[in-house]
Amino acid sequence: MKEENARAYWAANLRLIFTYVAIWFVVSYGCGILLVDELNQIQFFGFKLGFWFAQQGAIYVFLVLIIKYAHSMNKLDRKFDVHED
Amino acid sequence: MDIQTLTYLFVGGSFALYIGIAIWSRAGSTKDFYVAGGGVSPIANGAATAADWMSAASFISMAGIIAYSGYDASVYLMGWTGGYVLLAMLLAPYLRKFGKFTVPDFIGDRYYSNVARTVAVICVIFVSFTYVAGQMRGTGIVFARFLEVDVNVGVVIGMAIVFFYAVLGGMKGITYTQVAQYCVLIFAFLVPAVFLSIMMTGHVLPQTGFGATVLDSAGGDSGVYLLQKLDQVVTDLGFTEYTEGSKSTIDVFFIAAALMCGTAGLPHVIVRFFTVPRVKDARISAGWALFFIALLYTSAPAVGAFARLNLIDTVNETQYTELPEWFYNWENSGLIGWVDKNGDGAVQMRAGAPFEGKPTYAGSREEAKGSYGERVLTNAPTDNTSEVYIDRDIIVLANPEIGNLPGWVIALVAAGGVAAALSTAAGLLLVISSAISHDLLKKTLMPDISEKQELLAARGAAVVAIVIAGYFGINPPGFVAQVVAFAFGLAAASFFPVILMGIFYKRMNKEGAIAGMLVGLVFTFSYIVFFKFISPELNTAEHWWLGVSPEGIGTLGMVLNFVVAFSVSRVTAPPPEHIQHIVEDIRIPRGAGEASAH
Repeated sequence: MKEENARAYWAANLRLIFTYVAIWFVVSYGCGILLVDELNQIQFFGFKLGFWFAQQGAIYVFLVLIIKYAHSMNKLDRKFDVHED
Repeated sequence: MDIQTLTYLFVGGSFALYIGIAIWSRAGSTKDFYVAGGGVSPIANGAATAADWMSAASFISMAGIIAYSGYDASVYLMGWTGGYVLLAMLLAPYLRKFGKFTVPDFIGDRYYSNVARTVAVICVIFVSFTYVAGQMRGTGIVFARFLEVDVNVGVVIGMAIVFFYAVLGGMKGITYTQVAQYCVLIFAFLVPAVFLSIMMTGHVLPQTGFGATVLDSAGGDSGVYLLQKLDQVVTDLGFTEYTEGSKSTIDVFFIAAALMCGTAGLPHVIVRFFTVPRVKDARISAGWALFFIALLYTSAPAVGAFARLNLIDTVNETQYTELPEWFYNWENSGLIGWVDKNGDGAVQMRAGAPFEGKPTYAGSREEAKGSYGERVLTNAPTDNTSEVYIDRDIIVLANPEIGNLPGWVIALVAAGGVAAALSTAAGLLLVISSAISHDLLKKTLMPDISEKQELLAARGAAVVAIVIAGYFGINPPGFVAQVVAFAFGLAAASFFPVILMGIFYKRMNKEGAIAGMLVGLVFTFSYIVFFKFISPELNTAEHWWLGVSPEGIGTLGMVLNFVVAFSVSRVTAPPPEHIQHIVEDIRIPRGAGEASAH
């Protein structure tokens, strides 16, 4: 039972990681590098959108991703009863 | 009070603070010395990580690089922040659970091999020394500019300060000093950034001012966006558009990946996450670290854009004799050079280098004065219309003067530059000393030494490391500037894949890990050495393999590492049972005893 629980916890963690890494990839390599020319056609306040992602937006998204992940994992730890203290 | 006195006061005051913290937080045990006793709060660890991470290069050079290369510099902004996402999700919590002192510790235990441990130790020492030499030099340069002492005297002062708190306090002393250093450096960076933003756009936040409209000379809204104006101004002068890139997409992609994975694999960053009490603290601490880093990293592009526009406004087409004071001062320091090609007495900023190489002068201003009072250059002029060389490192250091900010801001920037250089140097020196005393002596060569002897050895190793780093600071090997690619490339090609597979792939064995590390290392090392040292004349896009520059080659090295490690592990024996249990154990946050009981 314990082993099964550990396996289910790990699978849930991997799902989270996969989702967040995908977002991480899309905002930085996608919006900031590969699609930058297309996005630059769009004006976002005083910025070209692609340029904004590369110099500002990607960093904000990174920060949100870490906070979201830490938060989701705290919940997951409790749900599978593997949390500390 | 004049600027000189203020600077002495600010820098001296910050030193007194660091030394006070060092005395208060002395290390009593090896656990204190290596991981600060393991009781650092996630916020304090975040601030310490940020100071550890942001070197003299981030503080002094980055905004200047952005000012000069616009969009192309985005790769550094994303590359040096994106790695924290990987750290938070893929490495830090599991390494914290593993609960040892160093990165080679993990590699040696997980791959049940002293060969793997030794390879890791060599990488740690190489990567860290590469990095630290530049930091010591950076301290010396800041001293020389602002306190008018010799660069070498500056290096020695820096060594003495680091010596005091790193040897005495170990990780514990370093952590709390870094928190203080972070406060000094972020304040020093943001104050001029906010001033500039208000001056140019009326916005308090540089992050929004950067995307706002510029104010006209009367202080009213001109209705033109800052970046539009900048694009217009630079293209008129023949430069490429500020918001567009000039590097190939594939190369930018590879460089960004090498910087991100390299960040996540740098030992002095990873080891910081061993100092927090719990696994959940390690996750959120990476978030705090990125928050503190982002304060600087999202302001820097704004500072770059403001400075570029301001610089062109002030300098371009202005008569040399009517330039502001700072221009002459930095010309005296050898970071500005002007050659009046068209003989009109005005300074023309245009695309292209004004002359070959960095400026070399015929003598001091008194000895060799040109017809407008400028310092005469001995460089051969190029045949374009560009007339002025302005070193990009000036941007941050001279911003307060360019923006006419009060004297105390200039003094603050000096203290910030020193804080950035010292905090990074201390973190790196600690990693070197623990690799020697813990991984090499205690775990490999002399397993019988007592804790007391190990602590003594750690302090001794720190002393030796500081002396060597200081030596490199005073006699910088010519390649220092070019070896940043080394540190990130090697970390990305060696540590990152090996640690990742150690956690996420239970079947990975020592044969696979060692083969992968060696292939990744040798490949990346050879590629960089070939293009940077053996045949620098071939270092252009058409000769690069797959169009990847030496800066981005670590990414390919990493891919090779993964492929080789995976293939070798498939055809060799799986790791022993107890190792597989270790892997299961580090995946679960709760205490080691319980998790291994099943």
